Amino acid sequence: MQIECVINDQKTVLEANAGELLADTLRARGLLSVRKGCDTACCGLCTVWIDGKPTLSCAVPVFRAQGKHITTIEGVSEEAAAFARLLAAEGAEQCGFCSPGFIMTVLAMKRELKNPTEADIVHYLTGNLCRCTGYMGQMRAVKKYLGVAS
Amino acid sequence: MNKVIGQAIPKLDALPIATGKPVYTEDLTPPNALTVKILRSPHAFARIVAIDTTKAKALSGVACVLTYQDVPNIRFTLAGQSYPEPSPYDRLILDPIVRYVGDAVAIIAATDETTALKAMELIEVHYEVYEPVLDFEQAMNHSSVVHPEPDLFCNYDIGMNKERNIVCTHKIEVGDVEAELKNCDVMVENTYYTQAQSHAMMETYRAVSYLDHAGRLVVISSTQIPFHVRRQLARALNLPASRIRVIKPRIGGGFGGKQTGAVEAFAAIVTLNTGKPAKIVYDRQETFSTTTSRHAMRLTVRLGADREGYIRAIDIAGLSDTGAYGEHAPTTFAVVGDKTLPLYNKTRAVRFHGHVVYTNKMPAGALRGYGATQGTFALESAVNQLAAKLNMDPTEIRLKNLIREGETCLTYRGKKLGSSALDRCIARGKELIGWNEKYPRQEINGKIKAVGMAVTMQGSGIAGIDTASVEIRLQDDGCYTLLTGSTDMGTGSDTILAQMAAEALATTVENVIVNAADTDVSPYDPGSYASSTTYVTGMATVQAAADLKQKMICLAAELLATTPGKIDFDGKRFRDEASAKEMTLAKLAELSVLGTGKLQLVGNATYGSPISPPPFVAGFAEVEVDPETGKVDLLRYVAAVDCGTVINPNLARVQAEGGIVQGIGLALFEDVRYDAKGVMQTNSFMQYKIPCRKDVGEIQVVFEESYEPTGPYGAKSLGEVVINTPAPAIAHAIYNAVGVWITRLPATPEKVFFGMRQGGISKMRTEDYDAGR
Repeated sequence: MQIECVINDQKTVLEANAGELLADTLRARGLLSVRKGCDTACCGLCTVWIDGKPTLSCAVPVFRAQGKHITTIEGVSEEAAAFARLLAAEGAEQCGFCSPGFIMTVLAMKRELKNPTEADIVHYLTGNLCRCTGYMGQMRAVKKYLGVAS
Repeated sequence: MNKVIGQAIPKLDALPIATGKPVYTEDLTPPNALTVKILRSPHAFARIVAIDTTKAKALSGVACVLTYQDVPNIRFTLAGQSYPEPSPYDRLILDPIVRYVGDAVAIIAATDETTALKAMELIEVHYEVYEPVLDFEQAMNHSSVVHPEPDLFCNYDIGMNKERNIVCTHKIEVGDVEAELKNCDVMVENTYYTQAQSHAMMETYRAVSYLDHAGRLVVISSTQIPFHVRRQLARALNLPASRIRVIKPRIGGGFGGKQTGAVEAFAAIVTLNTGKPAKIVYDRQETFSTTTSRHAMRLTVRLGADREGYIRAIDIAGLSDTGAYGEHAPTTFAVVGDKTLPLYNKTRAVRFHGHVVYTNKMPAGALRGYGATQGTFALESAVNQLAAKLNMDPTEIRLKNLIREGETCLTYRGKKLGSSALDRCIARGKELIGWNEKYPRQEINGKIKAVGMAVTMQGSGIAGIDTASVEIRLQDDGCYTLLTGSTDMGTGSDTILAQMAAEALATTVENVIVNAADTDVSPYDPGSYASSTTYVTGMATVQAAADLKQKMICLAAELLATTPGKIDFDGKRFRDEASAKEMTLAKLAELSVLGTGKLQLVGNATYGSPISPPPFVAGFAEVEVDPETGKVDLLRYVAAVDCGTVINPNLARVQAEGGIVQGIGLALFEDVRYDAKGVMQTNSFMQYKIPCRKDVGEIQVVFEESYEPTGPYGAKSLGEVVINTPAPAIAHAIYNAVGVWITRLPATPEKVFFGMRQGGISKMRTEDYDAGR
């Protein structure tokens, strides 16, 4: 089937099989930042934005992308790099495999939450699992990025 | 003095990996690679009587379907260990006997995943089903024999008795434990159960294979052990190792899981059979249920002390469950004793003994901590119980009994401990958690807050066995290329090695290119495991840098017509002060590769350590327990860590925080469980809970540096030791809160609740005042 959507600000016609999941379609188009870590919508690795909202692309049938704006980390590379530098300054990217999905959630949070408390931040990011860092270093980077005193 | 060591330099690969650049295994798949899928056994123990692949092979798009009849009949081990491996050679790529639910039955390769899965359904298998061995405590007397095959092979006598499902038998005893226990004023005895734990790294197991321009087999794999994988493949596929190249790209976490070769042979055999590129990517369910987990163990500790609180005898009797195959079975078991018995050196006798058994469950393997985690939970819980019985502060009983720098212990047999700041770690941790104010408990609004603690040690590399080689090459433009076979899996070890080389060569990390982990290119390294890279590969790096520096100085002296002893090198210039003659590094580099009669300068070193110096941690937990429900919330965790010199404070801190959270998962949530037929129940993140952001409270890591005289710039290891203290420290805090000793991990609300119902608090008060027998 054909799906018309906008991917990273470019009008696109996706060729996909019925039942295909958006995460797989995006990967097949060479957007290799999109990763799957769990198959049960638990880990947050596959997070992309659909119309600006962070969404698990492994749980979205591709036909739902019809008419939507899809954003992956490739589409917000400068903004992502600005946060990634803060993450790296803490040593908190570690294996990096969960980082693209995590960063997409952090960037969305910055747009969505005004003056969040630490509890607000933890709540917003809870769906993004990380097995390497223990989360503390990520929080230090997020606080610096948001200008929240630690 | 150059100052690269001790700097919090971001990782060399930080920006590309954090922003999703295609640098991981699956990203490097060649076009038109076949998709490989595995048909798996639905039975815990069975023999394949007949298998018909005709219909599957006939399906359009299917490239090959392989069964046990199509693979070499040569047994091997997937354990990532230096040759000759202590793990038994008990595997075939495909075996007519299947030994756990999920064991491989057939390999299917097709043009796409849908076709491969369709073909899988068309394979017809008839099994003769046997009674499985599911309870590891019953394995030795079970009527079923998990490994009946006569060709199972061990490189060493590991005390195997496969007719009784015993993989190996281990005993270390110094002194007469039974006699010393009889002489003790106080004794505690308890049996502890540590569960199977899953690695749950974010990147699941995967490998890609193809034939290169010379027809050689290339395997790109998310592995910690490229050289071991090459050797495994050579044996399993009956190929000369020279026909195989293994490349490790960036890895999305390992934690020891990728120290066992999970998937490489499946992709490789498809490529050999079809000549085509192949890729295998395990989904999360396969990762949970068809790879490896931590060895579940039963550990019975008997601890004897005198009235003053000096521990005089330690006896640990163990039983370990290796599951269907024996990867890492003897070594994880030995580590239980090796990394606990030296801690307390006022002992007069110590012993660790027991067996590892086969069962019909997913195999166990290497997982961060590697037996030390299990041993630490048991021994530290017993020490906390002893302190309670003696009415002593648990921190005091440690300080009274701990091995100190410069001292020896029974199992060290005269060798001395080169470095330790564990006493300072205890003092610092106590202060940071507020021990004196909080120990043992406070009751606030119906909830109880309490603190608990534990200490631990690990090793740094495998003494006398694992040996790393490093090459550092002076390039034509004056920069350096460091070649290593060690495997940064997100830890930042490539950066750590670059820091060491930069320090030795008085340059910056930007001037050091790290090329890692390609068996065609890298000098031999066993890989990154056993807490080895900073310490073992690090020493090889420091020595290779020194070798290169000496060669550069000699060449500079020759070109400047002076003697090497007169040359001073500041990282940029070679200068003979007396004659004021000098040459830049760039010029020397140029002259070393241009013209006739030259020899490009390369520094080499191969390093293996005769000892494995222990890093230490003192861990302190503060929990809140709801006495109505038994729910435990971890409020704070403080870890004071002695890893010798800290090479990179940020990377060290994050690695420690991450290890502690994995330990918290072991303590409170994580548990690989099976149903009565041996089917794993915890094969997704829905059933197997790893800690999320809301579960871990506040974690504070501080470093109390010692200086390890045998380590690179005084460094020891860090990666594993940090996972060991949360389970015993949290269990101790729970005891201090509600009087329930958790002896069977994880400490779920049910266990705490039922413990309280069985008189936890009143039992505690009796024990508190029962000082001595």
